[in-house]
Amino acid sequence: MESKDYLKDLNEIKDLMNKSSRFISLSGLSGILAGTYALIGATIAYWLVTEYSYGTLTLDGYIFRLCVLILLLVAFLSAITGIYLTTKKAKKNGVKIWDATSKRLIINFLIPLIVGGLYILIILDQQKYGQSGALMLIFYGLALVNASKYSIGDIRYLGYIQIILGLICAMLPGYGFWLWVIGFGIMHIIYGTWMHFKYDTK
Amino acid sequence: MSIINNINKVFDHRIRLGIMSVLMVNEYADFNMLKELLDVTDGNLASHTKALEAADYIKVEKQFIGRKPNTRYSCTKLGELEFKKHIEALEKIINKH
Repeated sequence: MESKDYLKDLNEIKDLMNKSSRFISLSGLSGILAGTYALIGATIAYWLVTEYSYGTLTLDGYIFRLCVLILLLVAFLSAITGIYLTTKKAKKNGVKIWDATSKRLIINFLIPLIVGGLYILIILDQQKYGQSGALMLIFYGLALVNASKYSIGDIRYLGYIQIILGLICAMLPGYGFWLWVIGFGIMHIIYGTWMHFKYDTK
Repeated sequence: MSIINNINKVFDHRIRLGIMSVLMVNEYADFNMLKELLDVTDGNLASHTKALEAADYIKVEKQFIGRKPNTRYSCTKLGELEFKKHIEALEKIINKH
């Protein structure tokens, strides 16, 4: 009789520890959509490069600039969708979107991401662009692993996968495009679907 | 019975357990954060934080953010240790049944 109360106590403790330190209202659907944007962006870029640039990319070319624009657009749309759907989910769960847990999550996610972004810009400026695809995957993966401590723990696995893909990409730069498509496109869709059914449809 | 000895009377209340749980995983928490998380009234929360403070399990810092007073709490080393012991004792009791 008493042990039943103790069990309830323990469950409540676990619940409070999670609620007070982790931001768990991330939306699975936003992962699916981010992956879809990445696939659409990659398709357009692929088509542009094969149709208008004879299958190669030069750094100062017009097509290259278009590809960078597509990349930024994909990143921007993914962020907007993520913020919108997460806000909606947080409201539904009755938690604040901007509290200590979400702030901590954002900061810890952004540190590796911004460092990586700056690093890529620096080496692009030095004409070393062969590794930029690999670096994007690696730093994004590190950002996810770092953020996972402050959110749903499963994000960690997506991070590991991105890091591994990034390392493969570093060894096989010729397949960079396809590894990028797998990492940012397909993995986001698989992961988002998994999260959606695990957490959102309860 | 050593198990019974480890059940800490100071923690024998769900709000106190709640305060400790939050402070175990956060560097610190302020009064309003605890109030929201535990869903309790001001007076109720204040009396329980006082009891934990008296036992030296939590530390209280009063400061001003702008012109607003702000009270924030953190867990002491002793509190952390005692809380862990308490949880272990609870787990043992549950596993026995």
